[in-house]
Amino acid sequence: MKIHQLSLFLENQPGHLSKACRVLADAEVNLLTMSVADTQQFGILRLIVKEWEKARDVLQKAGFVVKVTEVVALEAEDHPGGLADMLDAIEADGINIEYMYAFTFRFGDKAVLVFRFDDPDTAVAALQARGLGVISSVELYSRSE
Amino acid sequence: MSPAWNDAAGEFEPISAPDYLPPEQLGRVQLQRLQATVRLAHERVELHRKRMDEKGVRPEDIRAMEDIAKLPFTIKTDLRDAYPFGLFAADMGEVVRVHASSGTTGKPTVVAYTQEDVDVWASVMVRTFACCGLHSGDIIQNAYGYGLFTGGLGAHYGAEALGATVIPISGGNTDRQIMVMKDFGVTAICCTPSYFLFILERAEELGVDITQLPLRAGVFGAEPWTEEMRRRVEAETDGTVKAYDIYGLSEIIGPGVASECRAQDGLHIFEDHFYPEIINPRTGEPLADGEEGELVLTTLSKKAMPMLRYRTRDITSIYTEPCPCGRTVRRIRRISRRTDDMFIIRGVNVFPSQVEAALLAVEGTLPHYQILLSREKGLDQMQVQVEVTPEFFSDRVRELEDLQARLGHALENTLSLRVGVRLVEPHTIERSMGKAKRVIDKRND
Repeated sequence: MKIHQLSLFLENQPGHLSKACRVLADAEVNLLTMSVADTQQFGILRLIVKEWEKARDVLQKAGFVVKVTEVVALEAEDHPGGLADMLDAIEADGINIEYMYAFTFRFGDKAVLVFRFDDPDTAVAALQARGLGVISSVELYSRSE
Repeated sequence: MSPAWNDAAGEFEPISAPDYLPPEQLGRVQLQRLQATVRLAHERVELHRKRMDEKGVRPEDIRAMEDIAKLPFTIKTDLRDAYPFGLFAADMGEVVRVHASSGTTGKPTVVAYTQEDVDVWASVMVRTFACCGLHSGDIIQNAYGYGLFTGGLGAHYGAEALGATVIPISGGNTDRQIMVMKDFGVTAICCTPSYFLFILERAEELGVDITQLPLRAGVFGAEPWTEEMRRRVEAETDGTVKAYDIYGLSEIIGPGVASECRAQDGLHIFEDHFYPEIINPRTGEPLADGEEGELVLTTLSKKAMPMLRYRTRDITSIYTEPCPCGRTVRRIRRISRRTDDMFIIRGVNVFPSQVEAALLAVEGTLPHYQILLSREKGLDQMQVQVEVTPEFFSDRVRELEDLQARLGHALENTLSLRVGVRLVEPHTIERSMGKAKRVIDKRND
């Protein structure tokens, strides 16, 4: 039930983000969603793509340091309080969220969020037990087409 | 066909015999040669004569090896001042070759060789290769630059005299280096250690597995390097390539002054041709064997350009303990720093090797790095740029900030100096074909 996320190290300088995007564009890889965490000196670009192995290979070939991590996609009710309810449920289980960001598309009438947990396996089991909508990579990728 | 003893021993070459001389016998050879060299320098080279006269030393005052301390020093700028041929002791009719250093600051320094000098040079390079376990039948890829630089031709003639097959590929064009290494069945490579690391990196990108090739020895010199770099080379090649440190400088002859043997513990100095002393770099006082200081070399057989007490600016010590390889010539510790590598920042003396030690302590292997010196509001600033490696990269900001902080603390502990650390993308620090440029000093820009 987990999804592969690619992370790239970027220096916080003009042109560095666009270079990474250009490499993916040239390889005809479509971004499903992304987020950038930035500090004063560097940034971490996090990407969700369907063809993550191909994307990883072309980025590495272009000289980027790429890390693959497992993240979890969850659907939340797309109305006020939808996210808050979900977070309450996650916190109730004592699961720590490292970071999160959202997908650019809706899943039916629901919003889709990406969560990075310390221990994704335990998190998935706990979330499913609570009946929260964990989306598999197969569902996610087919939805994106 | 190579002689059977050669294949069997792998290491002994008849030309290497002086490496095994009993010390008394070696001492007699050295004194005889020193006396002849001093006479030649005094008679034929104005600078040496003038300096000796100023010190009140006559060639006949050299009666024992200890008397060498009476002789004046020669320094790098003396060669520059004598540009181009001012220090030659031979007529141009006898000079068969000249080399020159790259003149990054002003005029280059020019050095000369008679045929006898060229032959001695080849012999000390044979002794170097024998130290590294090479022999006739080896295929040596010589990636030192050919031309005015002494590295290329020095290693070339030595490899031929050894009876090995030499591939005179020179430096640069890394993809071709890798192709030749693979297709020609290369067993040894001569280059700078930083360039070899670059070759390894590129080979991996090209999908060439170096460990599957017959390559077994790296003859590395022309820049100071560290034990950590050796470990890295040997680890990245799964121990299939042994990394040997060789030492030389054009002012003395070029490569072939000293070499590590299979013990890989210090470099045997070919002291029947190059007499080593260690001095206190500040006072010029000679130091005893075992003490660390600046290496000073006197040529004992050079005819075209004898060199008296040349200050190398390399920091090392001489040691006399017997070597397991059986050679009796003394050893110098590997040179990892130079008196002129040192830079002073806010009154603190810093060597790049200290920075390496700190980075290594944190990451376990040495990342590519560069030291940037700048001045802000009249204050010296030091920043160490470190390339992020796949092993240390994380998708979590916190972990990278933690890495940055640990590097900063390690540097601060080692240098007693607050140092900025900046993580940079891989492949952004320039890889050198020759000497690695570790320090960029922009303080006076």
